[in-house]
Amino acid sequence: MKNINASNITKSVKAACIEACLFLPDDVLDSLKGARLREESPAGLDVLDQLVENAQIARNEQVPICQDTGLVLVFVELGQDAHVIDGSLYDAINEGIRQGYEEGYLRKSIVRHPLDRVNTQDNTPAVIYTEIVPGDRLKLTIAPKGGGSENMSVARVFPPAVGAEGIKRFVLETVRNAGPNPCPPIIVGVGIGGTLDKAAVLSKKAILRRVGEPGANPTDAKLEADLLQAVNDTGVGPSGYGGRVTALAVHVESYPCHIASLPVAITIQCHAARHKEIDL
Amino acid sequence: MVRLTTPLKDTDIEALHAGDAVLLSGVVYTARDAAHARLTELLRQGSPLPIDLTGQVIYYVGPTPTKPGQIIGSAGPTTSGRVDSYTPELLAQGLKGMIGKGLRNQTVRDALMVHKAVYLAATGGAAAMLAKRIVSCEIIAYEDLGCEAIRRLEVKDLPLIVINDCYGRDFYLESRQRWDKTEQEG
Ligand code: SF4
Repeated sequence: MKNINASNITKSVKAACIEACLFLPDDVLDSLKGARLREESPAGLDVLDQLVENAQIARNEQVPICQDTGLVLVFVELGQDAHVIDGSLYDAINEGIRQGYEEGYLRKSIVRHPLDRVNTQDNTPAVIYTEIVPGDRLKLTIAPKGGGSENMSVARVFPPAVGAEGIKRFVLETVRNAGPNPCPPIIVGVGIGGTLDKAAVLSKKAILRRVGEPGANPTDAKLEADLLQAVNDTGVGPSGYGGRVTALAVHVESYPCHIASLPVAITIQCHAARHKEIDL
Repeated sequence: MVRLTTPLKDTDIEALHAGDAVLLSGVVYTARDAAHARLTELLRQGSPLPIDLTGQVIYYVGPTPTKPGQIIGSAGPTTSGRVDSYTPELLAQGLKGMIGKGLRNQTVRDALMVHKAVYLAATGGAAAMLAKRIVSCEIIAYEDLGCEAIRRLEVKDLPLIVINDCYGRDFYLESRQRWDKTEQEG
């Protein structure tokens, strides 16, 4: 049994929120630079240049990459032999967000109710998913998620007969509908299987993978390659100005499901693909 | 590359075409959904607006809080479509330009032709870079709205692309048609 102090969790979450919003992860930056070599449209190339420049300015001047510093998604992996002491895990996470968003000069973008829309003024609460895992560690993945790309995300349960072709049609329809709105180049997270909600969570996990790393399951990896080609053939391009690079990657995560259903969820992640991992 | 300075005149607008790259300088005003709701509410009551919109440009942006020593926090465009329903009324007041990202609806595109105005895009997510083109910032209305307050910004060489011109053209739609490789199976 390992004891983990709640105040340590708060401290780490605070630092992770600030770092995530200021420093674009290296894999995303490398992927943007790599996209420059494939992009054929002049307007698209200008956008990619601006995004690389933007990430450098943000890093040098320690300012947020994007003004939408997001809703904080937190994936928790809690070892069954770990024990959080001196406070509650979720309170500790939210307190870290509160402090990080205040002291890091990050934008507070959360409203307390979807209909009365009063800002909570501290960017809490987070959306938290917890998995209990073997061992005694606590791993947190902090991912500030922008509204512009989240607004283009969708989920639906299909009959199994639609198969891979049906998934592809759904993805293409979603990417085309979204067009310029989610700040392409995007990362497309696709969750298939489980239930409607399970597929949605899988699609969120999918956007957290290293950009372009193939899925562990060969069927998923093949689907990813097909989908990436098809998405880039739409021609939406960087910022929707037309071009070859609409997506940096498509990541698929799957799970067993009922004989009668094929749940599919698509999370659209913008190029400001921010995340930070904490191991305690 | 077209250099433009606000306020914009009809002749400036007539010279702009979908796809043109623009460097914009001068004063622009910020407003997002909440400020648009208040402005149009005033118009519906017949009350005066806190700013004269004649020839002006609105930038759809909700910046991050300003760090000490900064002029403004990170300040990239937000999705424009969310204010589509308010836009024609503001164009009728003489608004000449809007800066945002993403698609506008047909009503807005038609209103741009009627009122001779233009919709421009800044690169979505390039907020740290765009903030460096902002040389002054002052809150002039609705301070209670926080990041959604109306700010008067002075910009220098803000890099933009003309999306919808006053002739009914749409750079997003034209680009997509030009670069789409797929057979549209529907
Ligand atoms: S979609 Fe992403 S890059 Fe675009 S404004 Fe929102 S958070 Fe920023």
